[in-house]
Amino acid sequence: MATAVRRLKPGRAVLLLLSLIYFVLPIYASLQFSLENVQGGFTWSAIRAIPSQPGLAGSVWLSTRIGIVTMIILMLLVVPTVIYVHLRLPGMKRTMEIITLLPIVIPPIVLILGVLDATPLGLKASPYLLSLVYVVLALPFVYRSLAAGLDALDLRTLEEAAKSLGSGALRTIRFVILPNLRSSLLSAVVLSLALVLGEFTMASLDLWQTLPVWIVNFSGSDPHISTAVAMLSLLGTWALLALVVFLDRSHSRRLRKGLVQ
Amino acid sequence: MIDAGVVGYKWNAGTLLRTFRKSVPVLPFLMYVFFVLGLPTIVITALAFKSGNGHYTFSNIKVILSGGQYRAGFENSLKLGVVTAIIPGIIGTLIAYAIASSKSGALKRIVATASGVLANFGGVNLAFMFVATFGAVGLATTWLNAIGLDPWNYGFNIYKLWGVAFVYMYFQIPLMVLVVTPALNGLRPSWREAAEGLGASPWQYWRRVGIPVLLPSVLGCMFLLFAGGFSAYATTEALTGGTVALTPIQIGAYLNGNVIATEQNVGYALGFSMIIVLLIAVIGYSLLLKRSSKWLQL
Repeated sequence: MATAVRRLKPGRAVLLLLSLIYFVLPIYASLQFSLENVQGGFTWSAIRAIPSQPGLAGSVWLSTRIGIVTMIILMLLVVPTVIYVHLRLPGMKRTMEIITLLPIVIPPIVLILGVLDATPLGLKASPYLLSLVYVVLALPFVYRSLAAGLDALDLRTLEEAAKSLGSGALRTIRFVILPNLRSSLLSAVVLSLALVLGEFTMASLDLWQTLPVWIVNFSGSDPHISTAVAMLSLLGTWALLALVVFLDRSHSRRLRKGLVQ
Repeated sequence: MIDAGVVGYKWNAGTLLRTFRKSVPVLPFLMYVFFVLGLPTIVITALAFKSGNGHYTFSNIKVILSGGQYRAGFENSLKLGVVTAIIPGIIGTLIAYAIASSKSGALKRIVATASGVLANFGGVNLAFMFVATFGAVGLATTWLNAIGLDPWNYGFNIYKLWGVAFVYMYFQIPLMVLVVTPALNGLRPSWREAAEGLGASPWQYWRRVGIPVLLPSVLGCMFLLFAGGFSAYATTEALTGGTVALTPIQIGAYLNGNVIATEQNVGYALGFSMIIVLLIAVIGYSLLLKRSSKWLQL
C-alpha cells in the first residue's frame, strides 16, 4: 500500500488522501461515539447495554426471517431462471437486463405506494410481503453477478461434454454448472443479504420494526446505543463479506492444488 | 456480441411454437416480476389520475405543478439529484482515473472492493455516521471548531438540503468509481501513443481523443447517479426525521397519513412524476452507454 501510494503523482496522491479521509473519518467518528461516555472518556457501557434494549432482539429476529425467505425465493425462482435463459434462451438476455433496470425506475419509496395498494389483505398483514419485494430489489445484483459468471463459462462446451458422458440436463446443472458458479452465487447472496438487512424505506412504511427501523425509532432515547448498534450491524455485514471472500479464495486455492474434485 | 440463437431465425409457425415452448420455464419469473413490480406501477399510474371519489382527473398532477410545498419538494429533489450526480461524478471519475492509471494491483483491488461495499451504503447507518462526524457536536465539527473553522458558523447544516447532498456523496462517489472504471480501462494506451507520435500534446490528446471517447460513459454514469440521488429516502429520513422538503420524504409522509383530505391521491401523483423523471434518466443512461460502446469494449 505504502509503495503503491509513493508511485503516484502528487496531484493524485492528494486526491486519494482527501477521499481516504472523507471515507474513513465517519467510520472512526461513529466508533468513537459508540465507545465514549458523557465526559468523553472511554467506556464499553453502550455496547454492554445493547443486549438488554427492549425490542432489539425481536427486530433482529424479524430481519433474519425476512432475509431467509428472500434468499429462498431468490434461489428457487431467480437463479434457475437466469441459468435457463443463458443456457436455452440467449435471445432473452436483453429482456432480463431491462428488467434489472426497472428497480431504478420504480425506486422503493414509489414501489411501496403501489404495493400497499395492490396487495390482498391477507398478504399485507404478513412481514414476508417485504421478502417478495426485496427479491425484486435484489434482482440487479443477483442477475449481474450470475450473468458475469455464466458469460465467463463456455456453457455450450460444458453442456455438450456432460451430455456425451450421458448426463441429463438437471444432472449437468447440479454437478457441472452450479459448482462453476460458486463465486458468483456467493457474491449474489451476500450482496442481497446486505441489502435486505439494511433496507429501511419499505420496512418502515409497511410498519414492520426490522433492525434499521428499530435503530431509527430508538435513536431518540439514547444516540450512543443506537449508533453502537448501527456500527455493529455494519461490522457484521462487512465480516460476512470478508468471510465470503475468504471462503472463496481458500476454495479456489484448494481447487488448484487438486484437493477438491 | 451476437447471440447465436437470434441470428438466422426464420419466423414461421414451427419456430414460433418452439420459441414459445422454450419460454415456458421463464414464465413463473416473468409473472412474479409482473405481480410485484408491474401491477403496483399500474395501480400508482391509475390512482395518480383519479380523484378521491373515483373520477378521472388531472387535478392531482396540477396540485404538484401549480406551486406550493409539492412543487418545492420536486424542485429540491431535482436539484439534489443533479448536484449529487455532477460533483460526485467528477470526483469519482478522477479517483477512478488515478487508480486505473496506477500500476499497483493491490491498490486497484482495495479500491474496487471498497467501492463495491460503499456504493450500496446509503441508509440508516450512513445517517448515524454523519451525525457522529459532522453533526453540531460531531468529531470533525469539534476538530474544526478547535482551529476556529467550525463549518456550522459558515452556513453548513447537515440537516438541510446541501448537508444531505454532502452525505449522499458518501455512496455516490464509490458508485461512480465502480461504474466508470470499465470505461477508463477501455481507453487504449495505443491511442495515446498514436497521438503522441503525431506530435499531440497531452492537452490535445485529452481534448481530441480522451474526452470525446469517455464523455458518453461519464455522462451515462452521471444519469445513474442522478437516479440514485433523486429517489433516495432512507438516508434523509433517518438523518432529518423528514424535515427536508423532498419528494421521497413527502411520499413517506403521505403514506404515514399526513395528508389533507382534499389532496387524497396526490401521493400517487408524486410517485408517478418520479417514475417519469427516472424513466428519462434510465433511458439516457442506456442510450449513452450504447453510444460509448462504439469505441470502448465494455
